[in-house]
Amino acid sequence: MTNWTADQPIVRLRDVHKSYGQVEVLRGISMDVMKGEVICIIGPSGSGKSTLIRCINALNDIQAGSIQVEGQEVHDPRLDKLALRRKVGMVFQQYNLFPHKTALQNVMMAPVKVLKEKPAEVETRARALLKKVRLEGKENHYPGELSGGQQQRVAIARSLAMRPDVMLFDEVTAALDPETVKEVLVTIKDLAAEGMTCILVTHEMGFAREVADHIYFTDRGVIVEHGPPAEFFTQAKDARTRDFLDQVL
Amino acid sequence: MLTDMQDFFRELAATSPHWNFIWLYDPVQMDRVLGGLWMTIKLSLACLVFSVVIGVVGAWAQEAKSRLLRSAVQGYVQFFRNTPPLIQLLFFYFALGQFTPSYSPDGWLEVPIISNVGWAIIALSFFAGAFNIEIFRAGIEAVPHSTREAAESLGMTRLQAYTNVVLPLTLRISLPALSANLINLVKTTNQAYAIAVPELLYQSVSIWNDFPSAQNPTMLLMMVCYLGLVGLLSLGMGQWERKLRIPGYGV
Repeated sequence: MTNWTADQPIVRLRDVHKSYGQVEVLRGISMDVMKGEVICIIGPSGSGKSTLIRCINALNDIQAGSIQVEGQEVHDPRLDKLALRRKVGMVFQQYNLFPHKTALQNVMMAPVKVLKEKPAEVETRARALLKKVRLEGKENHYPGELSGGQQQRVAIARSLAMRPDVMLFDEVTAALDPETVKEVLVTIKDLAAEGMTCILVTHEMGFAREVADHIYFTDRGVIVEHGPPAEFFTQAKDARTRDFLDQVL
Repeated sequence: MLTDMQDFFRELAATSPHWNFIWLYDPVQMDRVLGGLWMTIKLSLACLVFSVVIGVVGAWAQEAKSRLLRSAVQGYVQFFRNTPPLIQLLFFYFALGQFTPSYSPDGWLEVPIISNVGWAIIALSFFAGAFNIEIFRAGIEAVPHSTREAAESLGMTRLQAYTNVVLPLTLRISLPALSANLINLVKTTNQAYAIAVPELLYQSVSIWNDFPSAQNPTMLLMMVCYLGLVGLLSLGMGQWERKLRIPGYGV
């Protein structure tokens, strides 16, 4: 194993490059995330935010640079991708629940099938997680019977059931209507308050400002500017950042 | 009661020479009909099971990393989809049948290891299996890539994602097309007639060759039998489709 300790960054990116064919999406991204930190990545669409977050759990590969999670190189061909993904939870914009399984079964599937834990134990934990994301009483509903916000909270519970060390959120409120956005954000806020390391791609500026420890602004595949929210939102130095903030705030 | 009915049909045969329901009163002919029907059912069931297994495994192999495996499956599908099933049966039985070993139970008779029934099951399963692969492939392609990605991001292997997520969804998407193909398969089993498999058509033809007066009733009987068999199958598939329906999920 690696000799990673908790005082080192839990996620560490160095000069990450990624392209789709001729199009360079990430052009040298570096970032450090400490354990328990909440990181928000913001920026105009097409700036590579989602790609960046997907590289962290190896859903996308990279062409150059280094990504480490708990000291382990993510894009080392010898790395056990599955072991990595058990440590890094991911929540998607479109929820991506398993439509043929109930909320409870969605949460239980991976621990039972992947971690080979006892179904009875997993069920207790899954019920507790659904309660935690405020979905008590919805255990036996199918995804198609739940609202977008409810589905997204099932998806969060499903990721948490694997007891990840880091959670990635890829524009998780972008497909929701305004009323349900809040219920998902509250859930993420709870998680952050419990000390879960979270990396979010988001367009919710108010939320980023309130919850994030650190904000990164990306544009055209590079990090233009980053800093703690208080500084970032009031004293942006780069013209591109200021333009963007003017448009969204 | 039974003898009354049999007397009635014996009399009918005597008065109307085209309507000899011989298998209703002649036990030998009745055995032929029942034996043929039973063989058709056995043939259908065996081919249903094998062709679905071929479909599931083939569709899985079609997205394998190995290019060799992919093109092998593709070649198989093209071959069996684009040649007539009757010719496949003849080819399997007469051409390949020559090269399979035989054994001798009594020192006199040479019995091939694979009987004509065996060849019929093999040929028809491969035939319907080729279509099933394409049906399942279409179903797999209709499962959103992001759903599979979600399974993988939870640490599932490709196989785990396939069996736990992709396949159950594929099955639901593919069921209507699968029903149609399996119904066709049941109807195609009578082509095994050509290699003398004693199924319903074979027995029926034997009966009316022996008793030309029984031709009309026997044809009628065949129609009724196939209607019943296929009816049962489509009823069963419909039930299955309803049972698999997920509340609030598309289709």
